[in-house]
Amino acid sequence: MKRILSVILVMSMLLSCFLFASCGAGEKEGGADAPVAKSDFKLGVICLHDEKSTYDKNFIDAVKKAQKELGLKDEQIIFKKNIPETNACYDAAADLVDAGCNVVFANSFGHESFLLKAAKEFKDVQFCHATGTMAHTEKLPNFHNAFAEIYEGRYLVGIAAGLKLKEMMDKDPTVVPKIGYVGAFTYAEVISGYTSFYLGVKEIVPEVTMEVQFTGSWYDEIEEKNAANALIQNGCVLISQHADSMGAPTACEEKGIPNISYNISNAAACPKTFIVASKIDWTPYFKLICEKTMAGKGKEIPVDYTGTIETGSVVLTEINEKAAAAGTAKAIEEYKKQLVGNTRQVFEVKNFTATVTDEKNKNATTDAKGVVTSYMADVDTDAEFAADTEVVTKTGVLMFEESKYRSAPYFDLQIDGIKLLNAKF
Amino acid sequence: MSKVKSKVKSEAREKKKSAHEPLFHVAKRDRIPFWKSILIRFGAVLLAIAVCILFALIFADVSPDMLIKSMVDGTFGTERRQWLTAEALARLLGIALALTPAFVMRFWNIGGEGQVLMGALASVTCVIYFGGKVSEPVLLLMMLAAALLAGALWGFIPSFFKALWNSNETLFTLMMNYVAIQLIEFMLVFWNPKHPNMDPLPHGHLNLFPSVEHYGDELTMIVIIFAVALLMFIYLRYSKHGYEISVVGESENTARYVGISVKKVTMRTMALSGLLCGLVGFLIVAVFDNSVSTETAGGLGFTAIMVSWMAKFNPLVMIGTAGIVAFLDKGAACLNTNLGSVQIDNFLTRSMGENAPTGIPTDLPNILVAIILFFIVGCEFFINYQLKFRKFEFGSKKTERKEEAK
Repeated sequence: MKRILSVILVMSMLLSCFLFASCGAGEKEGGADAPVAKSDFKLGVICLHDEKSTYDKNFIDAVKKAQKELGLKDEQIIFKKNIPETNACYDAAADLVDAGCNVVFANSFGHESFLLKAAKEFKDVQFCHATGTMAHTEKLPNFHNAFAEIYEGRYLVGIAAGLKLKEMMDKDPTVVPKIGYVGAFTYAEVISGYTSFYLGVKEIVPEVTMEVQFTGSWYDEIEEKNAANALIQNGCVLISQHADSMGAPTACEEKGIPNISYNISNAAACPKTFIVASKIDWTPYFKLICEKTMAGKGKEIPVDYTGTIETGSVVLTEINEKAAAAGTAKAIEEYKKQLVGNTRQVFEVKNFTATVTDEKNKNATTDAKGVVTSYMADVDTDAEFAADTEVVTKTGVLMFEESKYRSAPYFDLQIDGIKLLNAKF
Repeated sequence: MSKVKSKVKSEAREKKKSAHEPLFHVAKRDRIPFWKSILIRFGAVLLAIAVCILFALIFADVSPDMLIKSMVDGTFGTERRQWLTAEALARLLGIALALTPAFVMRFWNIGGEGQVLMGALASVTCVIYFGGKVSEPVLLLMMLAAALLAGALWGFIPSFFKALWNSNETLFTLMMNYVAIQLIEFMLVFWNPKHPNMDPLPHGHLNLFPSVEHYGDELTMIVIIFAVALLMFIYLRYSKHGYEISVVGESENTARYVGISVKKVTMRTMALSGLLCGLVGFLIVAVFDNSVSTETAGGLGFTAIMVSWMAKFNPLVMIGTAGIVAFLDKGAACLNTNLGSVQIDNFLTRSMGENAPTGIPTDLPNILVAIILFFIVGCEFFINYQLKFRKFEFGSKKTERKEEAK
């Protein structure tokens, strides 16, 4: 009896498989250039994790804000959360296209090749990818990368950190100006971030040094907490991080160490130690891609969008006055003005020195004082990760021109004053 | 089993002697009619659905019709979803089938995840070093051979230790998973220190049905796995090996008495188990991912244990149990998608204020799946045992009460 039932089951399963095979997939009407009525428009959003990760929450919040400002209904936004960086990303993207999405957005670096596969297949749909690097070489009309000049934001919170450090040193002359940084991986995105943060601190406290500990994961609460604790043990008196859990801020709050965060305000969770956070506000970008697609101008979405302080993409959270040094808000405003007015450049070559050895900074050339005069960066993605573009160029002043040749960061120079405790990731 | 049975009986006897007989006691069933066991299972599923509906309603504000609609929509809603569900079924079935011969032998192979990952890693290794240098069919054969070998090795090692030194196979196979995961992480950094996410490789793609539009990959997976299911059924039911496996599983002493080498059967069967896991790893790489990551098996190596167990190790019934789990999985994911942007307003989210998440908690679908599986597995207890309720004797109760009143 059981066996017969099972066999019938098998047969029906197999039969249904072949039935599926016989019906073809429906084609979309219109095409990429046709305008989409606002009521018919749909945005699909693929997230690596969910709200528990500060990185993903930042995107989800921005989508909600853009939705409100554009006047879209809840049903017009479809989220796919917890999508890993595997073929599951392609499946999710294809499913969003089936559901009628006109724009599909994915938020994680590793999603890119799978999103690209979907973009090649569904030519009538716009695909937008944050942090990616392949759009400017793939040259598909419906595939776009986006990032922001977040190093400017990190420079500004670095100023806040510097003021705090100065205040601590003034109060207690025995304080050694050493700060710590918890990073996820040794990617350019992280290196560019901690270097600009360090340069911000250095602007206020020139003798500052920094130690960086990597965790090898974008989201690992225990590892991040351990890394922060190790840095504190090493004598770091202020911590910042570029990883997405609450691990490092929590460790700082427990030990009473001032903390600069990323993407999210921890004023509620860490009232004693949270100073300020920089973040990328993706709202302007989401609005842009929705508006362009609705107008039938999806092709006009920049291939490589770089958000700035002016576009409202690089922002700071509210300053926690209980933890910040006096005058922080005013100083940040001042430096922000200089950055916007281009009278100050974060990576101007005179701001830092670097050492070239056989192991590190192989792509750099420096003069006798250690000032960088040339750097070949890997801007065009290829299998060998070959350095292909000179990025120390002159726009007003000679500087390492980050986010100019591509939106995603490529600053991976190891400057003097920063010590990497572990670089295995 | 017999120990438990006698213990239960003796306990029951003792209880009877005392003045307060418990409300019910548990007794092992001798035999249960087929229709009755089906009825119990059916009842369990209904009960599970009821609990799920209540849970979703209370904690996430999800109405029952939305819940059921999403589950069905997520699995069968579009042609693509039908294909993906069928493919998920096949993938899960493949690993469950691989674990089954070991389970029949009462060798608890918890290492399916690692064995699949090793198969995948071996396949990718072939693509990296030989992709483009040999023709595609040759490359595919190399990948297949390497995957089978790697999987078999990963299954063989724990059984070798078990056979020679009687080490604990559950822990050993479990730990081998983590070794495999770490090995993959290591290799990814080894191959590309700057970019440990491997992009899909251009070589070594397998599609047996290129004429089928869009879903040739899925069909390839489904057809191969179903063929394996049939072969496994025949192997376990009609072959000499299958007989030996079941004898070793029933009683090692009996096996020894009739002249079966327990060690040999243990090692051979585990190598087979690992080999088939390796095959699934190969298929995942060659047909779909064309790359490897620690997510390649996606935890299915663990889920498959349940699939095999729920089917009582019958390969054909397993198609049904894999179907149930695939349905639950895909349906639950769709629940997340359908309700992902709706703001939930209930006692939990209100207390969170501005930090309230968008949409339902992403863990809710997993909780619902767990509830359903818990009931399905739990109902086995009621198939093997029965509850005997105390017979109410109203006369004696009354006198007891009177005595208490005094």
